[in-house]
Amino acid sequence: MGKFFAIVLTVITLVSASIFAMHIWWMPVDISVHGPALDKQFGETLMGTGFGFLVAQLSLAYFLWKFADKGDGRKVREFPGGPKVTIITAVVLVGLEILALSFVGQKAWASVNLDPAPPNAMHIDVQAEQFAFYFRYAGPDGQFGAVHPEKISDGNGNYFGLDPENDIPARDDIVVGSLTIPVNQPILLTIHSKDVGHSFYVRELRIQQDFVPGIVIPVHFTATQTGKFEIVCTQLCGLGHYNMKAYLEVLPQDQFDQWLKAQAGQ
Amino acid sequence: MHDTSDQAAVHHHAPPKGFLWTHVFSLDHKVIGKQYYFLSLAAVVIGMVLSWIMRFHLAWAAAAIPGLQHLSQVGAPGGIITPEYYLSLLTLHGTLMVFFVLTTAPQAGFGNYFLPIQIGAEDMAFPRLNMLSFWVTFVGFVTLVSTLFISDGPPISGWTAYAPLSALGNDAGPGLGRGQILWVISIGIFCIGSLLGALNFIATTLDLRCKGMTLARMPYTVWAWFITAVLGLLAFAVLLPACVLLVLDHVGGTSFFIPGGLVLSDKLQPHSGGSTLLWQHMFWFFGHPEVYIAIIPGIGITSHILASTARKPLLGGSRVLVGCMVAIAFLSFTVWGHHMFISGMNPFSSLLFSVPTLIITIPASIISLNWIATVFGARLRFHTPGLFAIGFISVFVTGGLSGFFLAQPSLDIYLHATYFVVGHFHMVMGVAAIFGMFAGTYFWFPKMFGRMMNETMGKIHFWVTFIGVYCIFMPMHYIGLAGNVRRYSAFVDDYLIPLIPVHKFITIAAFVTGAAQLLFLFNLFWSMYRGKKAEENPWDSTTLEWTIPSPPPFDNFGGRHPIVYHDPYELGVEGAKGDYVMQDSPEKLAQS
Amino acid sequence: MRSGYFTALAVAVLLGSGMLVFAKPPAGSGSITGKVTYTGTPPKMKPIDMSKEPSCAKQHATPVMTQNVTTGPGNALQWVVVYISAGDEGSSAPSQGARYDQKGCEYLPHVLPMQVAQQLQIYNDDQTSHNIHPLSKTNPEWNKSQPPGSPPIDTKYDKAEFIPVKCNIHPWMHGYFAVLNTSHYAVSGEDGSFDIKGLPPGKYTVTAWQEQYPAQSQEVTISGSEAKTANFVFKVLPY
Repeated sequence: MGKFFAIVLTVITLVSASIFAMHIWWMPVDISVHGPALDKQFGETLMGTGFGFLVAQLSLAYFLWKFADKGDGRKVREFPGGPKVTIITAVVLVGLEILALSFVGQKAWASVNLDPAPPNAMHIDVQAEQFAFYFRYAGPDGQFGAVHPEKISDGNGNYFGLDPENDIPARDDIVVGSLTIPVNQPILLTIHSKDVGHSFYVRELRIQQDFVPGIVIPVHFTATQTGKFEIVCTQLCGLGHYNMKAYLEVLPQDQFDQWLKAQAGQ
Repeated sequence: MHDTSDQAAVHHHAPPKGFLWTHVFSLDHKVIGKQYYFLSLAAVVIGMVLSWIMRFHLAWAAAAIPGLQHLSQVGAPGGIITPEYYLSLLTLHGTLMVFFVLTTAPQAGFGNYFLPIQIGAEDMAFPRLNMLSFWVTFVGFVTLVSTLFISDGPPISGWTAYAPLSALGNDAGPGLGRGQILWVISIGIFCIGSLLGALNFIATTLDLRCKGMTLARMPYTVWAWFITAVLGLLAFAVLLPACVLLVLDHVGGTSFFIPGGLVLSDKLQPHSGGSTLLWQHMFWFFGHPEVYIAIIPGIGITSHILASTARKPLLGGSRVLVGCMVAIAFLSFTVWGHHMFISGMNPFSSLLFSVPTLIITIPASIISLNWIATVFGARLRFHTPGLFAIGFISVFVTGGLSGFFLAQPSLDIYLHATYFVVGHFHMVMGVAAIFGMFAGTYFWFPKMFGRMMNETMGKIHFWVTFIGVYCIFMPMHYIGLAGNVRRYSAFVDDYLIPLIPVHKFITIAAFVTGAAQLLFLFNLFWSMYRGKKAEENPWDSTTLEWTIPSPPPFDNFGGRHPIVYHDPYELGVEGAKGDYVMQDSPEKLAQS
Repeated sequence: MRSGYFTALAVAVLLGSGMLVFAKPPAGSGSITGKVTYTGTPPKMKPIDMSKEPSCAKQHATPVMTQNVTTGPGNALQWVVVYISAGDEGSSAPSQGARYDQKGCEYLPHVLPMQVAQQLQIYNDDQTSHNIHPLSKTNPEWNKSQPPGSPPIDTKYDKAEFIPVKCNIHPWMHGYFAVLNTSHYAVSGEDGSFDIKGLPPGKYTVTAWQEQYPAQSQEVTISGSEAKTANFVFKVLPY
């Protein structure tokens, strides 16, 4: 039974680890400026934990193979060196790993969440609702209209609760259902929710940030590649959660300018 | 601390008469322990069936499940599951499993039955309180399950019930009115039951130990249950008021968790001034210790059984194990924010919460390494409880390692709310804890029911389950890494559609593994009546539960007052009869 | 399947008994026709961005527009419900149900008139799940999903009410159930015209309801099989 257990455990361990190592399922290619740091840190963590996984499971398997009770009256033996060895191993190895990760991680985290957006960042307002994202561009006047919750009406398309009758900056605000941005241009999103908690997740941008009702949260990033990507909701928000998405379209600057002009004309 | 002079006076109640008083409203800790166990068994069966329905739906979303419309005409018209019904099942699955299985069976079930026996007591310190805590928990269970049968169905906000989704009533979605209120009440009731139970466990451990049972001589399990009770006392004391506030937001017109200016379906909500993050802080202040409430009894049970399986005490003994468990318990109250890295709380605090989260892996690693090192030089007996105990080590290590990723805020940005998290917590908290329960069941069944469980069925159960859980939960890590978001009722995005074949594989693995659980259920009930008669000490173990008949008499020790002379795990002892010395054996050891 | 047969049987029985026992009140042959128009500047209807649901977006060559103030040539105002709000003796609900479709992530029709207690069947013709969330105030409110391929939702309303209907999964989807006490009603077409037929002689209050502007009423008396005209003019604002 011990040998069988050892074989099963070894097979499980090697198969599990090699699927990771072979990148059969992996993160999509990163398209953000801050992403490579996160990916690097992921790789380092995977190396560390992968090493721990292999050593722990394979030694367990080896011991299971070796130390079955054969009824031969063999004495039990203590692990050479006793608990000191395991304690020191755990403290040193895990401790070093933690120190390394904390320092690397802090930098990566800071670049996303602690550093302010560059001053030239393009500002886009994002609102989440059950179950869609809406994006607002300031329009030709460069100013956003104020949001009036009592004016919000999905029925007549006033998703943000604008008051164009009395609020002139609101008149030229561009409201669309997908996020179109220029490539290599810092983007600042101010994200807020009109009902419950949602989350803004773009895998390729390595960005995930909750929408918190009652709070406006800034998110900034720079996309380095053009293309069309999915923005999905990752915070359980109700029955339509699974289908709450929008598209992110990263365009070359000139195409973006054209697009924005066309939107403003409508 | 330990006092035995008035220990006999504790056993106030006489053996009861009549079915109602022996089996239903019993004050006997053993009956209450079994009641808790069977309550968990009912919960785990429901929870597992719900997971099968969900798994089927995730793999074949458009297919009808024949007959499901009879369970809920609204939730599954024509047998096709609606998105909200999926979320209802998900909520109920999580809540049942976390509260009524993981928190209940290993602690309140086995703990109730064996803690008094293992410390040489005749019952818990407060038998009436003990009965009350079970029946309170039972009412909580019935309240929760009843949501399946009300017209708007169970809530759809998940087991974490994040506000304001959980606080706004039916405007936020189906099941979030009455269903959500019943859910909150059920959890509130559960908190009361758990708090009463925790008090009882603490008092019993501190006051009712028999002569010679010093703290250092307490079995690993007793330490685990004691530490878990302290955790429960502190954690449920926070969840209970959180539940009260959430109910008030529904029925009292308050706005604890609801900020102003929210608009749902074009309706401006009459609330203002609340904080949605407040719920998350309160919930996770409970929720993270809760993870350890679920797993520490499993750690204790595994260590207890591993010693008997390996014929030697754990490397480092009680001192290292207990030290690590205490460290984990303490740290568990400082890490709740790692569930909230991307929640919009101050990003500086994420860094702060990340450090203790990473540090908590040190005591967990020490325990794991000690288990593995204990297997070195052992004389392993591969009976079913031993297999599950060893299996526990493997899944605990696997599940724990993925925690390294999630503990880092910068990696959590990508991995948060993906199946990577689902794989992680199912492996380390769900599967590991359930392996602990299986190990405990196979190990203690002879004591509880006086018969042995069938070993052949037990071994088939183990092998299918062990391989099965890796087939179910490892792929979840892979698709999580690929960016598969959790809590989706169907995968309709272009990005996720290519991952559906993996979901099909997981679903099939879940069904095969599920079939093995049916075999376990059959074995359990079959062995209760047809199993081989059990001896007093079938596993050659040393602790006090193996010094009394199987099943034990009403007052455990038959009027005898046990006296403890030895450490709990004098196994692999040379010169002893067999290879072990019972804890209450007056026999002197050559060297101890 | 079984419930399908049962429904069919029940409908047949109801039909039969309706013809035998509750013979309809003598249908009149008077009628009221007219046109609904607006004065002022109507708000600009906005194009609906359906990009989040590609299976719907590709069904529309040009973007669907919002419909809350739908105008036509000659200042016509569409989607106005014109109905007899007083003077009608009332009649039992017709056996034929009202049908509401969700197609291309739009509600068809935008405004669905029906009688109190009339059966209402809601169909999902799309390849995506919709949730139907009628925001009723006097009738009980409900909110149900309808996955593709699931049977139609069969329901009815017991009280007269104009009920906004929305889909949360596709927030732009927006329509109305006009639940009326009378069997005499019409909805203005693209040219703003309406035609209420089969009126017995009597004195009636005719009301025109539009989703965004206050309702208007006129008194109309019909003798014999008269054909009367009643026109309604709504004052609209650009915002």
